[in-house]
Amino acid sequence: MFTEKLLMHFPRELVQQPILSVVTREFDITFNIISARITENEEGVMKVELRGKRQDVQAATRYIREKGVTVRSLSKFIRIDKDLCTDCGACVVHCPTAALYCDEGRAVVFDKKKCIACELCRTACPFHAVVVAHIEEAERV
Amino acid sequence: MTKSYEEINERIKKGKAVVVTAEEMISVVKDRGVRAAAREVDVVTTGTFGPMCSSGAFINVGHTRPKMKIRHATIGGVPVFGGLAAVDFYIGATEVAEDDPLNRVFPGEFRYGGGHLIEDLIAGRRLRLVARAYGTDCYPRRELDTEITIKDLNEAVLVNPRNAYQNYNVAVNAHSSRPIYTYMGVLVPNMANANYCSAGQLSPLLNDPHYRTIGIGTRIFLGGAVGYVYWHGTQHDPTTARNERGVPTGGAGTIAVVGDMKKMSTEFIRGASLRGYGVSLAVGIGIPIPVLDMEMARYTAVSDRDITAPVIDYSRAYPEARQETLGQVSYAELRSGRIDLKGTEVKTGSLSSYPKAKRIAETLKGWIEAGSFALSPPAELLPQADSSHAFKPMKPPRRSRRKKP
Repeated sequence: MFTEKLLMHFPRELVQQPILSVVTREFDITFNIISARITENEEGVMKVELRGKRQDVQAATRYIREKGVTVRSLSKFIRIDKDLCTDCGACVVHCPTAALYCDEGRAVVFDKKKCIACELCRTACPFHAVVVAHIEEAERV
Repeated sequence: MTKSYEEINERIKKGKAVVVTAEEMISVVKDRGVRAAAREVDVVTTGTFGPMCSSGAFINVGHTRPKMKIRHATIGGVPVFGGLAAVDFYIGATEVAEDDPLNRVFPGEFRYGGGHLIEDLIAGRRLRLVARAYGTDCYPRRELDTEITIKDLNEAVLVNPRNAYQNYNVAVNAHSSRPIYTYMGVLVPNMANANYCSAGQLSPLLNDPHYRTIGIGTRIFLGGAVGYVYWHGTQHDPTTARNERGVPTGGAGTIAVVGDMKKMSTEFIRGASLRGYGVSLAVGIGIPIPVLDMEMARYTAVSDRDITAPVIDYSRAYPEARQETLGQVSYAELRSGRIDLKGTEVKTGSLSSYPKAKRIAETLKGWIEAGSFALSPPAELLPQADSSHAFKPMKPPRRSRRKKP
């Protein structure tokens, strides 16, 4: 099973279209919506995890993009600045997916593959070590 | 068999002293026994790194021409206390930047304050100093807007009135239905997390529970440089209940420390922003403990299993100053990532960095082994458990008398 966490930006004219449900029917994948909201300019912003065979997930992603949705990899949004991190572990307890954890030496480790960019760690970090990339900086996939 | 400070310092000078960290001492005593450990080990080094709010720095910025008796000043946008002499200031670690929105948009971010200012000075960064004065015959100048770095300062001395708490609370949110934002971090409703803040078995005062060797004049590691204990810390509370090992079962002793900021490193002194609460300063402290006899060997072998902390509800009991605890848990349990609270499993979070505490204990060990750091016997002991020294609450304020209609 291949999973990919994505951030999708639906332009205003696409907000009313059932793109994700079409994708699940056409490409034999399942999805899990991490969060979804409508912005002030009536765009849709959705964090989604797609699951399925690798080629199906990739084909689905291509289809979504061709429809006019901007798709970016979610795992690249959050970065831990190791120069600022003191390894206190204040973030670890708030991470809902265990992407942040302590190793045997109590140092904080970040597994970005598990990250859903919820930013709870950013709120908990006393040292500004959680860096959230601007949407423009994140890699398009 | 006992050892004196002179004997230990002689061995340090010759490069022959046996120094272990407080973590290593646990297995030394376990493997070799207390008697052998007391004979063989000269010094045990401790360490701690975490937010310590009662911190700050005295600085002297030098005189302007013409001279100025500065009354109000900000450095890096942070108000500093200028109510002493002409160009001396105290930077309080928890002071927030003048234009900070505080908690007006809750929970506030508190991105910059005194703690960050102290860190920026140590980092050698250039900071803006803006000052006003009322002008006197001997200090006529009234306004100043300039830039300073730590190199320009005559003195920059870290002076922390209360650091290195001997043990501390474990904080939970038992009653509020929303997350609460405290100096112990973000606490999620329904006791979804329990936050602690102590280096436990590595923590200085937990390795000398009765303050036999840590006292006024003790030479220590402070923020990457040499510092000293100058007094007992504010709120020092030696009469706290203790377990059979003499280890306090809650916050107890504290120390006041001082050191030259010009020699410190931002690796061990860091500004901290606590969401919804404010600004603080994370301080790194390490204290060497001489193994004078078997009793000190036993004390310094304390492990996370022997130290327990009280679980306190920060949504009700703490703000209302009620003496209620939800139970005691050991640091071994806390460090495992989960504790059991009345049958419920609760995830634990830490605000104190164990890896940094360990690095501090190891750095101090290196200094002593290299012969560059001698131990100083206390010039005077801290208030002891059998003293009348107490940490008491304020007398209830006098109620304003209601006028009869």
